[in-house]
Amino acid sequence: MPSLDDLKKRIKSVKSTQKITKAMKMVAAAKLRKAQESAEKGRPYSEKMQNIILKLTKSINDTQNAPKLLVGTGEDKKYLCVVLTADRGLCGGFNSNICKLAKSNFKKILSEGKELKVITVGSKGLDQIKREYGNYVIKKFSFKDKKRISFNEADIIGQEIINLFNKNEFDKCILFYNNFKNVITQIPQAQQIIPAEKEQSDDNDEKLISYEFEPDEDEILEDLLPKNISTQVLKALLENAASEQGSRMTAMDNATRNAGDLVDKLTINYNRSRQASITKELIEIISGAESL
Amino acid sequence: MSDKFKVEIITPDQKILSTEASEVTIPSYEGQMGILKDHIPLITFLRPGIIFLKNQVESKYFVEEGTVEFSENNLLILTSTAKDIKNLKKNSLNNLLEDAEKKLKNENSTDKEKFILSYKVETLREIIQ
Repeated sequence: MPSLDDLKKRIKSVKSTQKITKAMKMVAAAKLRKAQESAEKGRPYSEKMQNIILKLTKSINDTQNAPKLLVGTGEDKKYLCVVLTADRGLCGGFNSNICKLAKSNFKKILSEGKELKVITVGSKGLDQIKREYGNYVIKKFSFKDKKRISFNEADIIGQEIINLFNKNEFDKCILFYNNFKNVITQIPQAQQIIPAEKEQSDDNDEKLISYEFEPDEDEILEDLLPKNISTQVLKALLENAASEQGSRMTAMDNATRNAGDLVDKLTINYNRSRQASITKELIEIISGAESL
Repeated sequence: MSDKFKVEIITPDQKILSTEASEVTIPSYEGQMGILKDHIPLITFLRPGIIFLKNQVESKYFVEEGTVEFSENNLLILTSTAKDIKNLKKNSLNNLLEDAEKKLKNENSTDKEKFILSYKVETLREIIQ
């Protein structure tokens, strides 16, 4: 049985933890709104961009001469995985979920005897992946000191990916990030960006429009594809930022509630032992008086 | 039948504009291009310049680059920067102009870069006047 003093100290410490988690929750809620807004505003751009690319892909007949970024190198040996995580912890399963998904993919790639390369964005993901797959990490990014993610940051990563591709360092590139569905649900996702993944749905009924291109098709694709990669990275970053705040908010909400429960329990314990000690003292006094 | 079609200008950060217009002129890579209703499907690039939108009122947007898609009377403009000319400050314009002129004089830039920069300088001068 802990002493009264000990209990008192514990209650105090749990209460102060509760204060911290509560504050973090509120900060996350405020940041979430902004992040969610920018994620949602960013969605049309990346979707439309992807649409244009898809339409272009459909209108290409000569797949042999099509840009490599679009159709891939034709091989399936070297994989580049870009794992996007947060720079801060205390956000529930956010970082671990991405890493879990990424690791299970790594395992699959390696077990098939293929080459693996990893780029991490955000320090938390690096920490988790370093332990097992440290040798495969070729580059790490962190935007810790950036308050807002803009196209420039995404472009840095995009350029790096394209550079590596041009050096023939990989055949396929997969992005790992959390898709922000709503405040409580974020879905870890693996998206293949090189070669551009075709939509699985059969849209045969959609009539094929033949476009007029100016300048010609190849030139457009050449310019558009790198841009599309940066755009997809940006989308992933924005979704991630919103997911991080959402995840943190729910995690901190839970923590606050748990701390409250703990305080209640400890208070009952405290009161009980206080009462017990009073009773004990009374008995001692009474029996002392009786014996006189 | 109205002679209007839908126009959307989207940047990575937000949807800048979603409206209808009867005529849009865009600074395409190979020259100014006017688009009316029922234009044939088209995909093209933008160089620095001004987008004119003709509706009841005329509005102008300054763009530096972008991609344009027109299909089934939907005009879609994807660009990294699109600024309403009314909201542009003279100071920032002058700064942009200086920057562009400096870069244009830089001998390391390629012909393609120079081509684009020259348009930027021209457009900025036009706006400032």
